Amino acid sequence: MALKMFQAQIKLLRFLFLLIVIYGEVEHVYGVWPMPQQITQSTERYLLNPRVFALSYANDSMAQSGCSVLDVAFKRYFKLIFPDFAHGTGRDKSLRFEPFTLVVSVRTGGCEGYPDEGSNESYNLTVSARQAALRAESVWGALRGLESFSQLVYQDDSSAYFVNKTEIEDYPRFQFRGLLLDTSRHYLPVNSILSTLDAMAYSKFNVFHWHIVDDPSFPYQSSTYPDLSNKGAFHPMTHIYTQSDVRRVIAHARLRGIRVLPEFDSPGHTLSWGKGQPDFLTPCYKGDVPSGSFGPLNPTLSSSYQFMSDLFKEVTSVFHDSHVHLGGDEVDFTCWKSNPKVQAFMAKMGFGSDYTKLESYYMENILNITAALNKISIVWQDVFDYHEHIPKDTVLEIWRGTPAEIRAELGRITLAGHRVLLSAPWYLNHISYGQDWRNAYTVQPQNFSGTEQQKELVIGGEVCMWGEYVDATNLVSRLWPRACAAAERLWSNEKKTSSVERAFPRLKDFRCTLVRRGIQAEPLFFGHCKHEYSGL
Amino acid sequence: MVYTLLFPSSWFYGKRIERSRLSDEVSLWPLPQQFQTSPVAFKLSASRFKIVHAPGSTAGPSCSLLQNAFRRYFKYIFGYVNEQGQPRSRVFDSELRELQVLITSTDPECDAYPSLKTDESCKPSSRVFVVLGLETFSQLVYEDDYGVNNINKTSILDYPRFSHRGILLDTSRHYLPLKVILANLEVMAMNKFNVFHWHIVDDSSFPFLSRTFPNLSQQGAYHPYTHVYTPVDVKSVIEFARMRGIRVIAEFDTPGHTQSWGKGQTDLLTPCYSGSSPSGTFGPVNPILNSTYDFMTSFFKEISSVFADAYIHLGGDEVDFSCWKSNPDIQKFMEQQGFGQDYSKLESYYIQRLLDIVSSTKKGYMVWQEVFDNEVKLKGDTVVEVWKMNMVEEELQNVTGAGFTTILSAPWYLDYISYGQDWKNYYKVEPLSFNGTPEQKKLVIGGEACLWGEYVDATNLTPRLWPRASAVAERLWSDENVKDIGSAYSRLEKHRCHMVRRGIPAEPLFVGHCGHEYSGL
Repeated sequence: MALKMFQAQIKLLRFLFLLIVIYGEVEHVYGVWPMPQQITQSTERYLLNPRVFALSYANDSMAQSGCSVLDVAFKRYFKLIFPDFAHGTGRDKSLRFEPFTLVVSVRTGGCEGYPDEGSNESYNLTVSARQAALRAESVWGALRGLESFSQLVYQDDSSAYFVNKTEIEDYPRFQFRGLLLDTSRHYLPVNSILSTLDAMAYSKFNVFHWHIVDDPSFPYQSSTYPDLSNKGAFHPMTHIYTQSDVRRVIAHARLRGIRVLPEFDSPGHTLSWGKGQPDFLTPCYKGDVPSGSFGPLNPTLSSSYQFMSDLFKEVTSVFHDSHVHLGGDEVDFTCWKSNPKVQAFMAKMGFGSDYTKLESYYMENILNITAALNKISIVWQDVFDYHEHIPKDTVLEIWRGTPAEIRAELGRITLAGHRVLLSAPWYLNHISYGQDWRNAYTVQPQNFSGTEQQKELVIGGEVCMWGEYVDATNLVSRLWPRACAAAERLWSNEKKTSSVERAFPRLKDFRCTLVRRGIQAEPLFFGHCKHEYSGL
Repeated sequence: MVYTLLFPSSWFYGKRIERSRLSDEVSLWPLPQQFQTSPVAFKLSASRFKIVHAPGSTAGPSCSLLQNAFRRYFKYIFGYVNEQGQPRSRVFDSELRELQVLITSTDPECDAYPSLKTDESCKPSSRVFVVLGLETFSQLVYEDDYGVNNINKTSILDYPRFSHRGILLDTSRHYLPLKVILANLEVMAMNKFNVFHWHIVDDSSFPFLSRTFPNLSQQGAYHPYTHVYTPVDVKSVIEFARMRGIRVIAEFDTPGHTQSWGKGQTDLLTPCYSGSSPSGTFGPVNPILNSTYDFMTSFFKEISSVFADAYIHLGGDEVDFSCWKSNPDIQKFMEQQGFGQDYSKLESYYIQRLLDIVSSTKKGYMVWQEVFDNEVKLKGDTVVEVWKMNMVEEELQNVTGAGFTTILSAPWYLDYISYGQDWKNYYKVEPLSFNGTPEQKKLVIGGEACLWGEYVDATNLTPRLWPRASAVAERLWSDENVKDIGSAYSRLEKHRCHMVRRGIPAEPLFVGHCGHEYSGL
């Protein structure tokens, strides 16, 4: 019966969207996704020819030829701007074309650095006859501007390229716009990660949160503790990330202005660690004897802290980012409770039977370890919920709750002066029939009761693609274009992007752009792209 | 309808192995009706193993269908290890060197099309089942720790529980490139599906290029050149399917679901009225004009020659009456015919005339359940497809009670997705759980997994369909007592890795890994 109603609803939806589609085709959109802060476009348009199109550095730019990030970006964006060019479908040479130059000017250098918290991503773009001027504070802003320019260029029916006269003034609403991939529940080949980074750049995401290890497997090949992946990966040779794989991911991300934030989640979610690190997990007891199974990391042994200290020493030198994610979520106390040594430790420390105090004790130690390594920690909200003594600069990430609970948690965390990230509404591994991107789009991250200062402590959010049901076979189509909804929420002005209906034709268009670029982005609803996905 | 796999030449019947033991090494999916296997293993060498026609087989090297299947399965068995080079000189005692394929029926049917009748004829070892047997054989081969292909001593007797095991793809709401369709036929064969229900046109677009009415796709396709199926495309789909023992049943759904037809065929659709003047929009096919039936006659004449199968699917679902009601000419016609205000009578009138037209092409037809529900007079061999989720059992009871054959698709709308392992729900369906006589139950000839296209195109079709449709495959093939979810999970997990290994992006069931992950990115 419920299904019948469901089917009736679908029928109604089919009808409604037919109207929308027709409307969308009448008013053609050559939009930029995510929506720039300020954009004005006129109907005046300029013909572009790849043979007489150039990307160049302005004379006053601090970045000049030799700037690694932008040199590579010029090459990359030339291909994205002229997708046909490689196929040699150039137009008749006898036609005369006005040369067109996109001149890039960057106020500060930093071409060899890594994007990080505080990187300035703002840019201005002016497209006029024969020239477009892109001005940015940093190379990272220039990358965002190049992306916007590439989305402004379109092809008419005769495949000629055009760009309209345009003015853009743009900057992100939130400095942290992340996407989480889980490489533990399923191993993701490096190519899957790299192509996700490509698509992230198209949507102006800037943080790749790499949930690299968890209970099911430990694919990170540690140079300090090679047994972790030797014994804890699904396979010690084929299902691991070597140091050079990790470097490749970081380099690929850097060139796209994307930070790589590694997460080594503890003390829970560590079953796979135990295989390669003896005496690391808590042995669970059944009555007086060990049951043979293991629980969270053993917080009573000093060897645990020594190990974590060594591991994080390695991790923080391999990953460049100023932040590291320490997890701290979903710790199950039953195993700790069963273990007589843990019980003795609790008594010794005066924790009574409050195991959150034990967890708290552990997290404090770990936070001190990373602080000593000059890294700022990000942890899941659980750590805030149970522990009072955490450093002020620790960032909390909200991952669960009803909308009302999330608003309350945002209020509490920011009231305590912590910066906060929102990911609860963007668990994209949860799927359902229909256009669920609409829910992701209408999230209001700063809609909670609190002062202006509190609101500013919301530094952004993350799309999470947990791996229970996701691997290389379905990752891309499940992620895109659904993640784009969150991308616009995190980049654009909320008032200007409040209408889902106005977003629909733009996102439909952007999805076809992604498909054209080889990203296997799934359809929003029935319809077609001029260039359909041609892989399998 | 039986194929048997027996090897090697010296027989050894070990004890029937436990399920867990089997799943350590191989995964048979769908599970055969009878099999016996032993721990004795034989090695297979890529340089020496051959698939050949057995002495006394009625098929020989001139049977291109089998020759192609031999090559295909040889590649599936050895394709991955070829490069590593096998030792040529050493011959193991325990080596399996030959698979002999014996066709015993007098006519191997190498050039025929598979049909419902093929299945019902119960000819042992007809060629369709040889293809299926090769699939089973290839699933028995497993790689040991040294990367060597092994096969255990096994004997299998197998046949399908249901003769109609279909997959519906919708190429109207999104156009599906030819190679996506072909790839899915390939996966269908791996899962022993035998009917491709091609929902080729609908409201959204008309990608079928008709020679008689080229304007239909010229005007009604998303794009007249890049988003159409030419006669050559259609032919290649049918031939590709034939090679794999798969029937292609085309659906041309009328009178509803025809918005795209109207673009290239004037006066075919009913003009809707707003008050006393046409509103500019159109409704279902106009059932009151003779020109409509002239059009359908020519059109289905073409369709019946393009599609070789003995059946055509005529749709007949979800007809919205509001436009018919608004149109004064239709109202007048209703009056003349004495239909009163019962528009389902008008629908029946249309369908009746359409069925007569199609009958004259010597084709049988399939229809969605509404046609039966509206009491249209149907030919005895009509197949009624039950798709509505409410009152499924009553519907099956009624349809079979009236003596019609039926197929079930209601519980298998795979376009409805949800978080988690929904394949279990598809697996648990028992098509014959309705109240009815044994004769009635026999009229349920199978079912179909439907992947409607609202949210599906080439980007996500394959991982969305597989391995979820594999659950339906086993339900339709294997014995009804094969229903243990735990055993199914471990076999299906391996079967999905099997598909991944063959280059098919079948999505994971849950946490875990395959020895060879999908690398086709």
